[in-house]
Amino acid sequence: MSTISPNLSNRTPLSERLDLIVSPIFAVILGIIGTAVWLYSDIDLITEDILAPEKLQRQLGETLLLGFSSSILVILVAIPLGIVVTRKGFPRLKNFLVDTLGLAQALPAYGLIVIFFSFMGAGITTVIFALATFSLLPVLRNTIVGLEQVDKSVIDAGRGMGYTSRQILMKIELPLSVEVIIAGIRTAIVINVGMSALAFLVGGGGLGETINSGLKLDRGPAILIGAVIVAILALVFDFLSALAQKYLKPKGL
Amino acid sequence: MSEPLIRLESVSKSYGSGTEPAVKKLTLEVEKGEVLVLVGPSGCGKSTTLRLINRLIEPTSGKIFLNGEDVTDVDPSELRRKIGYVIQQVGLFPHRTIAENIATVPKLLGWDKDRIESRIDEMLELVSMDPETYRDRYPKELSGGQAQRVGVARALAADPDVLLMDEPFGAIDPITRDRLQNEFLRLQQELKKTIVFVTHDIDEAIKMGNRIAILREGSEIAQLDTPEAILSHPADEFVESFLGSGAILKGLTLKKVRDIDLHQVPTLTAPVSRDQALQALQDSPDQVAVLLDDKEQPTRWIDEKALNRTSQPIEKSGRPVTVNLQPEDTLQDALTSMLQSSVGMAVVTDRKGKYLGCCTIESLAKLIMSEG
Repeated sequence: MSTISPNLSNRTPLSERLDLIVSPIFAVILGIIGTAVWLYSDIDLITEDILAPEKLQRQLGETLLLGFSSSILVILVAIPLGIVVTRKGFPRLKNFLVDTLGLAQALPAYGLIVIFFSFMGAGITTVIFALATFSLLPVLRNTIVGLEQVDKSVIDAGRGMGYTSRQILMKIELPLSVEVIIAGIRTAIVINVGMSALAFLVGGGGLGETINSGLKLDRGPAILIGAVIVAILALVFDFLSALAQKYLKPKGL
Repeated sequence: MSEPLIRLESVSKSYGSGTEPAVKKLTLEVEKGEVLVLVGPSGCGKSTTLRLINRLIEPTSGKIFLNGEDVTDVDPSELRRKIGYVIQQVGLFPHRTIAENIATVPKLLGWDKDRIESRIDEMLELVSMDPETYRDRYPKELSGGQAQRVGVARALAADPDVLLMDEPFGAIDPITRDRLQNEFLRLQQELKKTIVFVTHDIDEAIKMGNRIAILREGSEIAQLDTPEAILSHPADEFVESFLGSGAILKGLTLKKVRDIDLHQVPTLTAPVSRDQALQALQDSPDQVAVLLDDKEQPTRWIDEKALNRTSQPIEKSGRPVTVNLQPEDTLQDALTSMLQSSVGMAVVTDRKGKYLGCCTIESLAKLIMSEG
């Protein structure tokens, strides 16, 4: 018997192991497709101009900046907000927030960017705020869910032993909900990097420019390569957050 | 009489107006070193009462004193660090090792590292868990019984005078529960903590408590007395119905075998001849004798029928003595082993297995009758 099932419980479940493999595999496949298109399709001067290295480099930088800043903004806003609304006395605020932000997410990202543009004007900050609003919900919701799923008896025991409310939050609630919260951040990051392709609409730059130029000038390879780079970026971030999720999760859970 | 360690003075707790208060004008005193059990039907407010003592719940009115000091004058977190707290769901921190769990309160109190480390080992040994094996494990690797042992160790780590226990053994299987209860009683004999123990199980209350407070709705005391007194003189119908039928049988867990006048049957010490044995049996009013080995440990029940069967050596005649009672066992254990025994008696030995005498149904009945 023991030879057939060697301590299955100690092995990471299949889904968790796949988690760290899937995004790199897709990223590599996309990379191969992109390279193949670059090498074997008909690249004329206009395409070459669209895909000029210095342009791509700048757009890449802008995309990273957009993804990073909006994600950091989301983290800075959503986690404290989630903590506040899960404290005693805020059940209504919590429901209100989750509902309204649900609406924000139901809007197309495109519409949201335009709305922000209408009162913030063009530029990269507009996009950052629009993206942050769009991806606030997954982080907020996961923070709330993560904190609320912490076993009440563990909190009761902590309180009964003399932890202050602050110590309960820092030493019990947050460590026990880290995994769920990071899962929310992961979703937000992927949304932000992906949606940053729309930033060019309001002068926010990013790889959307390449895709857009490709569309306008009818250059298929340019569209494809632009899209592939955005997708690879999103996958890389997904992978990094999966790593964070795995290693920041406290032992013993 | 000395000042009670915990005193509740007409304490009430109500949740909003219009609802019946969970605790209604409760006055209660807990003496130093005693186990006071709060027992009552679910929803009677016993857990609320317990949680009022360490201010996990604030009273609506009334005063609570700990060691003569009003608990509302102290910072609640600091108050709780001085009071051990054990709950039914245990509530071990799943992300911390057993050692870290036990170190919780000492760390909060700012003990130095060496003192904490040695205290962890001491506590694990106290609850009969091997420090080497368990220190670095995580709670999910423990069984329910082990988890609650750690729970108790964690509550005792900073050596509090007072221990609050909210149905601590309620979620544990009956066999393990019995073992934990016995171990806990042994611990308490050593530690002499002041304990308030909440349970809904009257049998557990009788077993664990020096005094029992039977509570009805609103945490009103229906009767507060020693288990013996409650069993023999229930105050009213509520208490009677709560005790349920068989109060006498429940009382059996309160008395020990050492309280019984042991009955002396003839003893035969091996090696013994068949004739000597027969003679001893005929000289005695008893139908049966006990055969002892050279260490005076009882081995077999011998009766005349067994002696007449001459084909067997005397050491193999009769029936084997299977269960030995010891003076610390309860009368309930005694009754059980008598009923199981082939001769309607049970052998009592000391801790080393040396024969002391026999326990009979008559001697048991006599003891119960004398209580009236």
